[in-house]
Formats: sequence, structure tokens, C-alpha cells
Amino acid sequence: MAYVVERPKLSLAEKLYFPSILKGLKITLGHFIRLMRGRTKVTMQYPEEKWDASLPAHYRGAPTLVTDEVGRERCVACQLCEFICPPRAITITPEQIPSEDKWAKVEKRPREFKIDMIRCIYCGMCEEVCPEQAIYLRKDYAITGTTREEMVHDKKRLYELGGVREGLVNKWNELK
Amino acid sequence: MDWFLVLSSLIKISGFTFLVILPFVALSSLAERKVSAYIQDRVGPNRVGVPLTIFGAKKDFPLFGLVQPLADGLKFILKEDLTPKHVRKFYFWLAPALTMVPALLTCAVIPFGSYLNIGGREVKMVIADLNVGPLFTFAIASLGVYGIVLAGWASNSKYPFLGGVRSSSQMISYEIALGLSVVPVLMVFQELNLGMIVEEQDKNGWLLLPLWGEGLSWQRWVLLVPMVISFVVFTIAMFAETNRMPFDLPECETELVAGYHTEYSSMKFAMFFLGEYAAMIIGSGLIVTLFLGGWSIPFLPTAELAKTTWWMGLLHMGCFLTKVAAFIFFFMWVRWTLPRFRFDQLMRLGWVFFFELALANVFLTALILMIVKR
Repeated sequence: MAYVVERPKLSLAEKLYFPSILKGLKITLGHFIRLMRGRTKVTMQYPEEKWDASLPAHYRGAPTLVTDEVGRERCVACQLCEFICPPRAITITPEQIPSEDKWAKVEKRPREFKIDMIRCIYCGMCEEVCPEQAIYLRKDYAITGTTREEMVHDKKRLYELGGVREGLVNKWNELK
Repeated sequence: MDWFLVLSSLIKISGFTFLVILPFVALSSLAERKVSAYIQDRVGPNRVGVPLTIFGAKKDFPLFGLVQPLADGLKFILKEDLTPKHVRKFYFWLAPALTMVPALLTCAVIPFGSYLNIGGREVKMVIADLNVGPLFTFAIASLGVYGIVLAGWASNSKYPFLGGVRSSSQMISYEIALGLSVVPVLMVFQELNLGMIVEEQDKNGWLLLPLWGEGLSWQRWVLLVPMVISFVVFTIAMFAETNRMPFDLPECETELVAGYHTEYSSMKFAMFFLGEYAAMIIGSGLIVTLFLGGWSIPFLPTAELAKTTWWMGLLHMGCFLTKVAAFIFFFMWVRWTLPRFRFDQLMRLGWVFFFELALANVFLTALILMIVKR
């Protein structure tokens, strides 16, 4: 059925255009005054104010390596994270743990563990795939550097960022 | 030769242009960004201060973005001044100057204060006390369009060209309304000297606020009707004349890249920018002078006092600048409220509506003056 859309009949005030201009001016002035009086919530002033305190527990920041409460580095250099990493940011060089070492039965550890933070996309796959609970995404999000080399986190830096994590499953303790 | 006259004129010229207009231009570019930010619920530039850290200090000296214009200017100067190969070089270089100079020239006739008593001599606070003030302003201000047209033409590229063409047609259609709308005002004052016009308003009430002196008569209140029409038409035509939003079709970003200054960079672009703001300031100054009593303080006729005391003159200057600043705010407020007109709407508004309205207003004023003043 043909349906005719009625064109709106404009009143004189609407045709004159001025009342709507005044209405618009009123709205913008309202916004202006509200902000001047500090009633409007505006953006966060970033370097001075940060949202660190309100970051959620599941926030995915920079990936780091952790040690446990007995001081053992948890990574066993299985390289699962290296293989799953979508942008291939992780490079692991494994080595054999010498037999006189206290943790010789773990057999493998990383000699070098590098995460290229220019490539990292903070997806958290490495944390998810890790069978040893060794790699965690922390809440650091402002990773900066002045050279490309600086942006590659090596093993030392990763442990520094990760720190000690307690309450993890202790697969390799003395009883087992 | 009267050395006092020469010296005071030189001081007035350099003082008014370099200490008032140019800082006003700089500050209004900052104000524009701040006002736009506030209207859009943002913060606006609030960072720039004195960068003491460059000189080895621990912290920068914060000025809450107040020196942002300086940073902008520095950026403009340091940018590469590119002259593309395909342009007509002479006119390409001439155009930015041609927009800036007329805008600054018009400030010669605007009375920015009453009198300043220096060593017993009263100095009129206007650079050129011409008896044809408004005419001079219109004559020079409309030269500004040449800069824009030349820029568009010399750029040898289509979008600047379209911008230039638009600018000229827009100027022509609004110049008429601008000129005609000011005729009733001059009829009421029977005077073409802007300084005398302001003094008259100081004595007998502003044109739009006749509340003291002889202004408190019913004749003036009847005259208020054509005066308000004049004011509205004049203000809108001034918006078009200075290429401000809703009429900034020459540089209409959405269709013309950046309009007439597409091919310009660095300081040459900045000249267009400064010219636009200077024109806006002079435009506001003219509106304030004609309709809102220039330097006069409302309800206090103080022109005579300014001739004998030194502080009254300064107060008048402050009053004028405050009014101009308020009007500049109005310019910005309108810019960040209204959308741009379509070009045919703009032409229709200029030729079919404002031209007729201004013309009818002249006759209306004449009629009222004939009946009422007798």
C-alpha cells in the first residue's frame, strides 16, 4: 500500500531559523559553564594521574617471568610460549641444568629468555599455555625505550619485573 | 613641526598594533582552542609552560598552557617554508601579506580609548581621527578578499581556486548588507567620525542600551527597533566578512581540503591564520564602537573626566578591550555551535534576505526619524 509521508509544516519561528540558533547557543553555553564550574567529568590528566589503582586483577600488561618462594626460577625452557606466541616475540635459548645443582632433576632451564616488547601484543597466550606457571602478564603498561635493543626484555629484566610469586603449585619440590 | 603629535602618534601606532592587536590575536587563538574544548567537554591546551628542564632544572615552570601561542608560533617558524613548483610565485608570496595588512590597517580608525591626559595635553586615543571612519574601514577591510582570491588563484590547484572563488562571491554578497546596515546608524548619529560616535553614546546611552542621558526618551526607544535590525544584520555580515563559521565556506575543510590556503605552509599559512583573527578582532571592535558604546562605561558619562585625569583614560581603554574580548567570545561561541551553511543557502541569505532587510531598514529609520524627531 502506498504510504504518503507527510512533510512537516514548519511554523514561522522554525522558518525564521533564529529560535533554533538561540537554542543551540544555549546548549553550548551550558556545556561551557558546566565545565568552567568543574561539573563535567573530563579526561584523566595522564602522566600526573594514573589509573593504576583501579586496574582490574585480570589486566594484561607486560609479560614477565616469576620465581617462587624457594627462589627457584620456574621456567623449564619447554618453549611452549615461544611456539604459541602469535607475533613471535619470545626467543628462548635452553640449557641443561648441571648435575651438581640443587634443582638438577628439573633438567632444563633457559640460558636466555628474550621478549621483544615492540612485537608483543599483550594477548596473554604465553601465560595461558605455560605448564609451569612461570610466565605472567603483570600490570606494567608503559613500556618505553629509546632504542630497539632497550625494548627487548632479557631474562634478568623479566625476573626483575616479575618478582616472587607465592602460592603456586610446587611440582619440583624435594618430596617429589 | 609638532613633535608631540608625531611622537604620540608613533607611540599609539606601535602600542596599539604590537601591544594590543597582535597579543590579542595570539591570545584569541588560544582562547579559540580553549572555548572549543570547553564547549565540547574537553580540557584544551593546558600543558605549555616554561621548559626549564631543557636548561637542566628539575621541573618545568607550569603556566597552564597560557604560552601555547608562543609554542605554536615557534612551530610555524621552524616548519619548512614550502613553495610548490606549480604556483605563480609572485602572487603566491603576495597573498598572505594581503590578508594580514588590511586587517591591521583598519585598526587605525577605531577609537580604543577616550582621551589620555599626558602632561596637561589631552591625546585622543585613536590612531587616525578620520571623519570618514566607517567608510575607511569598509574600504580597507574589503581589500582582505584580494589576499584570499590571489591565494586561491596563485596556488594553481583546484581546491584553493574554488575556495578563492567562493570567498569573492561571498564577500560581494555580504558587503552590500554590511554597508547598508550601517547607514541607519550613521543617520541616527549624523556623524561619520567613530570617535564622535562613541562620545555621543557615552553621553546619551549606547545605541542598543539607551538608558541614560538623552537616551531615556521614547524617541530613542522607537529607534531601537531599526537599530536592533541593523545590529543583527551587521553582525551576521561581519561573520561572513571575516570568514568565520557559519560562513567559512572559503576554507570549508570537508569539501575543499583547506580551501584557499591548502598549498601554504609554515609562516605563510600562519599569516592567513593571523589575518583571520586580526580581522575578527577589528570586526568586533567596529561592532562594539558602533553599537555597544566603544570605550564608554555604562551609566557613567565620563568623557569630560578623561580629559582632566590620567586614570579615566586607562579605564576607558580597559572597558573597550573588555567589550571586544566579550564579543570575540561571542564569535567563538557561535563558531562552535552552528554548522556551516550550504553555499546556495549562503547566497540566498545574503542577496534575498539580508540585502532587502538592510535596505528596508534604511527607509524605516528615515521614516521614524522624520516623524519622531520633529
